[in-house]
Amino acid sequence: MSEENGTLLSVRELRTYFETEDGTVKAVDGVSFELKRGETLGIVGESGSGKSVTNLSLLRLVPQPPGRIVSGEVLFNGEDIFALSEGEMRKIRGKRIAMIFQDPMTSLNPFMRISKQLMEITQLHLGHTRAQAYERAVEMLETVGMPDARTRARSYPHEFSGGMRQRVMIAMALSCEPELLIADEPTTALDVTIQAQILELIKELKRKTGTSVILITHDLGVVAGMTDHIIVMYAGKVFEQATTRELFACPGNPYTKGLLRSVPDPSHEEGTELYQIPGLPPDVARLPPGCPFAPRCERAEEICRREYPPFVQLNHDHHSLCHFAREVYDKSCHERESRKPAQEFTLNAPQSDSPATEQNQ
Amino acid sequence: MSSTPQEHRNAPLPPPVSAQNSSEGNDQVLIAIRDLKVHFDLGGGTLLERVAGGARVRRVVKAVDGVSIDIYEGETLGLVGESGCGKSTLGRAVLRLTEPTSGQVLFNNRDLARLSKAEMRGERKNLQMIFQDPYASLNPRMTVGQIIAEPIETFRLARGKETDDRVRDLMETVGLSPRFIKRYPHEFSGGQRQRIGIARALAARPKFIVADEPISALDVSIQAQIMNLMERLQRERNLTYLFISHDLRAIRHVADRVAVMYLGKLVEIADAKVAYDEPLMPYTKALISAVPVPDPEVEIARKRIVLEGDVPSAINPPSGCPFHTRCPYRIEACREVVPPLVEIKPKHFAACIRISPEQPYIEQVAPGDAPGLSSTGRVIAR
Ligand SMILES: Nc1ncnc2c1ncn2[C@@H]1O[C@H](COP(=O)(O)OP(=O)(O)O)[C@@H](O)[C@H]1O
Ligand SMILES: Nc1ncnc2c1ncn2[C@@H]1O[C@H](COP(=O)(O)OP(=O)(O)O)[C@@H](O)[C@H]1O
Ligand code: SF4
Ligand SMILES: [Mg+2]
Ligand SMILES: [Mg+2]
Repeated sequence: MSEENGTLLSVRELRTYFETEDGTVKAVDGVSFELKRGETLGIVGESGSGKSVTNLSLLRLVPQPPGRIVSGEVLFNGEDIFALSEGEMRKIRGKRIAMIFQDPMTSLNPFMRISKQLMEITQLHLGHTRAQAYERAVEMLETVGMPDARTRARSYPHEFSGGMRQRVMIAMALSCEPELLIADEPTTALDVTIQAQILELIKELKRKTGTSVILITHDLGVVAGMTDHIIVMYAGKVFEQATTRELFACPGNPYTKGLLRSVPDPSHEEGTELYQIPGLPPDVARLPPGCPFAPRCERAEEICRREYPPFVQLNHDHHSLCHFAREVYDKSCHERESRKPAQEFTLNAPQSDSPATEQNQ
Repeated sequence: MSSTPQEHRNAPLPPPVSAQNSSEGNDQVLIAIRDLKVHFDLGGGTLLERVAGGARVRRVVKAVDGVSIDIYEGETLGLVGESGCGKSTLGRAVLRLTEPTSGQVLFNNRDLARLSKAEMRGERKNLQMIFQDPYASLNPRMTVGQIIAEPIETFRLARGKETDDRVRDLMETVGLSPRFIKRYPHEFSGGQRQRIGIARALAARPKFIVADEPISALDVSIQAQIMNLMERLQRERNLTYLFISHDLRAIRHVADRVAVMYLGKLVEIADAKVAYDEPLMPYTKALISAVPVPDPEVEIARKRIVLEGDVPSAINPPSGCPFHTRCPYRIEACREVVPPLVEIKPKHFAACIRISPEQPYIEQVAPGDAPGLSSTGRVIAR
């Protein structure tokens, strides 16, 4: 159950629907996955595919109404999340499972010093005294790389840049040493340079604390370097699930392949035209019968428009929702072998330690 | 001749930069930007600063601070840099949507920066803009048809039925069904709204378009659609783009050349692929090394330059090289000398005192050396 390297989180057949004017929106529709202790799971997909709602459901934070968790099971450390009282749930949220969002301002109180906001968490969850909580707050700000943490702890959120605010959020999220950190598009609003800082920080903190992470992002580059496993979502469903290496090497779903090919990237470049998935992300209130991706799919045939596809097992730890999963998978693996090796990027890095030595002179 | 940094600074304004040839070999300059500056005066400082510094203390944001570059007909010039570096301000100043403080923008041998309002209105139809957030830039109370027709009517390019035909044509060109001509912007998705913005920008048959982060708010699959659309339109209509984006992968794909901006200054100019594969200036190196690559094998093996801190404030920019506060290669002299933009390799310009045409690779420069200080490289901008 909760041994080393055991399963931390298990989600089974989760369904979360919204009642709207347009009818029932099946935002999350039968999602299952597992997360092992110490691992990082990436969730990718276009906007509206149900990534955020999946994670809000785990924490029972779906606004209700219009939302409703229709069915499914979420086991955290073997404990059934949906069977807990609201009081017990509050003890898990923020303490054992913490969450950070794209826009830190939505979760920071603009009128409160950040020291106070950090202190409230450990006072609530760990029973810290004011003095203990203050020391912990400063320590956490130092951990996330806030220069001059003791002084800056007294600042208000608006006095920080976007990157610094995200660091404050991470400090808050990690102050109770949670077993699971859910990061929902944590770097989407940031510049690449600041994104690199935040991703390095998450990696380093993960190494130190062994926290498991769910990383939601629409950027396939980000998941490539950060995760062990990936699930690809489309229209509220898991379209593909695999280890990160396997997913990039041999995608077994036309949607995943399309996403990968639409990213302009030197090592994937084929012609001058960039591959484009035609059409628009689906309107979840009006899904076509059969495969929800069929109207945009290159490979679609009659059967796709008629019948819902099977979730095919392709490898030990690799599944794809597609009538032609096996064929797509074999083709990708074959293409991978015949492709030229990925470009080396190390030439961009400074050589060994020369710059640092100069600075010390 | 060995010139000191002071000599660089006092050098006469560079001759037209015709050697920055576009990669296509087409060297017909469409827009020539010369020492362009846009400074925003924020008024006096805080009370304390005014007491300390007397009446002379004013807080000025040097959003664009001496930019010189040629944009060639038919090319896509990519403009990259972190947010707050002045990309949008530069784009707007070129079109004179923001008044430049000084400098020139030559188009058709006329200095746009000095045209009267009326003369500028005449040129306006040649110079259009596409915005990041199409929603904010489209009037919510106008139908798609009215939005696209507006420039046609403003510039009196057609009337009545002919206008209507043109609007329908434009909608088809950008991949929108003319059936939607009576719909309002809110009824469309982000990608479709960007198509409306593009159709509107095309309506006056411009020669030059500034596209300010046109794909940043869109999903990857939709980004690919918009990039392909813009490339196709460029081929069909011989358009010239200034394509602003913080997405270096996208820039590498769409741009012929790329200019890198830092705190109001251009710090590197090169062919897009060269800049991406072999950046010379440390800031560009850091930017490119920060871009995540969608390939786990590459990501795992990769050494990344993680820059410390944020872009410094444009109100009190660092002395010397604007990048020195974050540069892993800085030496003492970087604090004092403003590096000129020098042609380090053919058609590849960079502003860094620690490299020179003789020693282009900073990794190979001896610790503490600054070959750029004594080099004879051709300077194109201070
Ligand atoms: N509060 C809500 N009311 C109605 N529909 C909602 C609400 N929240 C989310 N949805 C719908 O659920 C679907 C999935 O949304 P979300 O999980 O936020 O997508 P993602 O995070 O993948 O972009 C979308 O179609 C969205 O419109
Ligand atoms: N109208 C304005 N008044 C004062 N400052 C401005 C104005 N517009 C932009 N700035 C400042 O100029 C700098 C460059 O901004 P901008 O051109 O928007 O950068 P970018 O597009 O690269 O993010 C920033 O410091 C910004 O705050
Ligand atoms: S001039 Fe100095 S600080 Fe600026 S980029 Fe070169 S080495 Fe770095
Ligand atoms: Mg989301
Ligand atoms: Mg901008």
